[in-house]
Amino acid sequence: MVETLLSALGALLTFDHLLYMLIGVSVGLVIGVIPGLGGIAGLSLLMPFLYGMDEVAALAMLIGLVAVIPTSDTFSSVLMGIPGSSASQATVLDGFPLARQGQAARALSAAFISSMAGGIFGAVVLTGFVVVARPIILSFASAELFMLALFGLSMVAVLAGRSLAKGLAACCLGLIIGSIGGAPATGEFRMIFGFEYLYDGIPLVIVGLGFFAIPEIADLLRKNSAIASGNALGSGWFQGFRDWWRNLWLSMRCAGLGCIIGAIPGLGGSVVDWIAYGHAVQTVKKDPQFGQGDIRGVIAPESANNAMQGGALLPTMLFGIPGSGAMAVFLGGMVLLGIQPGPSMVGADLNITYSVIWSLALANVMGAGICLALAIPISRLTQIPFQRLAPFMIVLICFAAFQATRSLADLVALLALGVLGVLMKRFGWPRPALLIGYVLAPQAETYFYQALQFNGWSFLGRPGVIIIGLMTLASVFFGLRNRVDEHGQVVPNQDDAPDVPTLKAHLPQIGFAVAMAGLLVIALTDALKHDFLGKVFPLSVSIAGLAMLLVLIPQLVRGKTGHHAHFDGELTGEHVGQDGIGTLWGGLFWIGGLVGLTALIGFYAALLAFFPVFLIVRAKAGPVAVALMTAGAAGFILTLAWALSLNFPSGALQDLLDLPWPFR
Amino acid sequence: MNTTFTITRRVALKIAAGAVALGLAGPAAAETDFSGKTIEWIIPFSAGGGSDTWARFNAPLLSKYLPGNPVVVVVNEPGGGSTKGTNLFAARAKPDGLTILGTSGSTQFPYLLGDPRVRYEYKDWKIAMASPTGGVVYSSPELGLKGPEDIANLKDKDLVYASQGATSLDLVPLLGFRMMGFNVQHVFGFKGRGDGRLAFERGEVNIDYQTSSAYLKNVQPLVDAGQAVPLFSWGVLNEAGDVVRDPTFPDLPSFPEAYQMLTGNAPSGPDYDAYFAFFTAGFPAQKMVFLPKDTSDDIVATYQKAFEDMKADPEYQANAEAVLGTYEQVTGPLAQALFEKGTTIAPELRKQVVDMLADQYGVKLGE
Repeated sequence: MVETLLSALGALLTFDHLLYMLIGVSVGLVIGVIPGLGGIAGLSLLMPFLYGMDEVAALAMLIGLVAVIPTSDTFSSVLMGIPGSSASQATVLDGFPLARQGQAARALSAAFISSMAGGIFGAVVLTGFVVVARPIILSFASAELFMLALFGLSMVAVLAGRSLAKGLAACCLGLIIGSIGGAPATGEFRMIFGFEYLYDGIPLVIVGLGFFAIPEIADLLRKNSAIASGNALGSGWFQGFRDWWRNLWLSMRCAGLGCIIGAIPGLGGSVVDWIAYGHAVQTVKKDPQFGQGDIRGVIAPESANNAMQGGALLPTMLFGIPGSGAMAVFLGGMVLLGIQPGPSMVGADLNITYSVIWSLALANVMGAGICLALAIPISRLTQIPFQRLAPFMIVLICFAAFQATRSLADLVALLALGVLGVLMKRFGWPRPALLIGYVLAPQAETYFYQALQFNGWSFLGRPGVIIIGLMTLASVFFGLRNRVDEHGQVVPNQDDAPDVPTLKAHLPQIGFAVAMAGLLVIALTDALKHDFLGKVFPLSVSIAGLAMLLVLIPQLVRGKTGHHAHFDGELTGEHVGQDGIGTLWGGLFWIGGLVGLTALIGFYAALLAFFPVFLIVRAKAGPVAVALMTAGAAGFILTLAWALSLNFPSGALQDLLDLPWPFR
Repeated sequence: MNTTFTITRRVALKIAAGAVALGLAGPAAAETDFSGKTIEWIIPFSAGGGSDTWARFNAPLLSKYLPGNPVVVVVNEPGGGSTKGTNLFAARAKPDGLTILGTSGSTQFPYLLGDPRVRYEYKDWKIAMASPTGGVVYSSPELGLKGPEDIANLKDKDLVYASQGATSLDLVPLLGFRMMGFNVQHVFGFKGRGDGRLAFERGEVNIDYQTSSAYLKNVQPLVDAGQAVPLFSWGVLNEAGDVVRDPTFPDLPSFPEAYQMLTGNAPSGPDYDAYFAFFTAGFPAQKMVFLPKDTSDDIVATYQKAFEDMKADPEYQANAEAVLGTYEQVTGPLAQALFEKGTTIAPELRKQVVDMLADQYGVKLGE
């Protein structure tokens, strides 16, 4: 085994392979920086070049790409508050406040070092683990997978915000959104309301961008200022490194968590950052500042998400079962290279496995190094007045969104969820709780049904189930003790919320809560139409959600001033009373404009019109700047679309006329 | 920093201008020389799946063997269980040979079942190539059998099968097991056959099938270790349209043989006809390449020739087994026969299957 390991390492350290890995790493870094684009887009970009490449070199290139996306996606999470990919949504919670306080350099360096450490830790664990992994992975049956989904859901306890009822209601909404589309047991289509788009459910990237990116853009667009006040980057590169070193144990724990969750097929990697973040909040005792810029809130998810990639390689290579969308593409790449995953990956083909594992470690070092070097130039973006940056962000986010099914419906869904996201942010509904519910809904439902089918209720007596069950209870206990709200404070349930003491001022948040109850009622009535197996999950979830709202709404109506359930950013936010604050709806209006225009003339033509109009009307840019920025954006999007060989979403115009690409 | 930005923008602008110019030039004329053209190969699935991998394997070879060496790009149009991209092809593609479609069993099944999302008609299209596949059914040794000859042992056993859904490709085993009179509990919600195999290895299910290449790589070691017992292969279609033994597994009976071993009779009747239609759409005619309605015979012939010629390419031979399993891609009359058999079902048979799925498994095909 040691011999195989060394020979694999030797083959890897040749100039050729390092060069190909560098190509993969570079593509991965670019893709990671662009908000919303993740491993799937990056791998699809490289797929056409795989043909005829040397096996080890091609694998090095693919791994280089997969490994560094969770490193470079930190840029937009920290600097703009927009998750760079689904792997670093949790980084936003503390990374962005740090950037606004002028500590971006500290946050970024801590994040990159954590990413690197997590990645290397993952590779080291894999090196030993890979040979014994098969039986361990096989010991996770449907029952254990269901319990793991519950464990993931237990993180809602810590992320529920000031009002537990509100947090749980948000989680139920997420579970409902996650159950749209085909029911796992019967294949019945739930809550599709005649829209073909909803048959497959709403894609993760749309939910992530709608709830996290759009509210942030809308917020930033209200003020005509740059993201960072004063010194954009701040000093503190070494501070970040020292922060990581002081929290080494936390970083290693989270890396371990990431590695394990990645390795278990079926749970999916997109909750890993939240679980790590929740774990940090539950366990940190010394002076927690989570949500307001606690560096440990950056270290934890960043350590976990890189380690997760390593773990996710295991089921992909040993069983041919991809743990995530990106791994599915990676698997396709392996088959194209003539490598069939299977038991031989720890037998005759062990050298391939080791070359993959060590490529992973090397790529993590490369990626973190390059990111550290690029941090200063990239961070300058935060000094640009946001109204000049905004059209790029809006276009990029729309571009990322329609990667999902490549249709106009993606953009419409993005806009609709964006509206919901903006309102949830305003009224202090915890969006992380919703996201966790959304991601885990299919797992929880499918594995529960399967566990019952295979074992009956006796599945509750399995040792694995009991162990994970106890972990879940512990997680709920520590979670409730250390609950953090949307804006930071670890919450004592004291009724000292900043508030305005009139019922009239509370009407908007009451209205929103009632509207959410309305959504749950719609879900409930839809559920009643289905067979028992198709309805039981959405029915119970919507009833639970309605029960939470039954607690919440009276609190909102009758609660005394400052009741912990009260929150409305428009009453008590820090911008209230300042000059030059635009309306909450400004950003949404522009995004809606781009989507509407796309419906008329197709995305690319809409982009060409949207850019100059936005820059002239909203950013008051001069003609030269308008021309340059429009051309730059148009060229960039075109190059990206060309490289991914995709057609833009078409509009009404394309139904009438046959236009050449990219207007087709 | 500023200079770099400007240069990048200028370069990007040039690329943009160039690409626009390219796009506007080149009016598409129907001719069998594709020099300087770009061919879009629509794959109605997302990147990374079986169909995507299959297309990406074929695309560079197709480019090499089509006259004029056009660029062949794989365009993923996922959604609606592959109906979205296929609808798009049916509505938009022009008969100039520059847009082709790759379908899979998951595209054929909704069409055969009358799914309301289907707005395409297979009979409009011309087939360029068909790519068959096969599979092997195996069971757990705990059921007390040693090999295919003991298949009758399964008659009174409680069997559990991990299914991707009653309207997915797993409809074929569902119909097959029903015909054989097996008592099978289908547990739905699995993400793929690999996922199902994992459930078999975990001991949650005791009967499973895998496509040939996955069987050889992942199940054969289990068989050798005494942890799985092969039962039968689905079989392949010969030119006469009969199901015969799969040449990859010459020692295993085909489904009709296994049926005969069980019952003493060759399979026949409406149940078998229904099974046969879905079997053909799911295995012998699983993946097909189509040219749009009204495409000229010249273009079709050009494509067929390219698909034939590529088989001699060392690149094809090196990787074909990993991607295609052990089956040759076919063109000409055999492809035509597979196409017709794999996309035809009598209305009463369709109704019979749809009603059975609704009654027994609560499956509804949308509004």
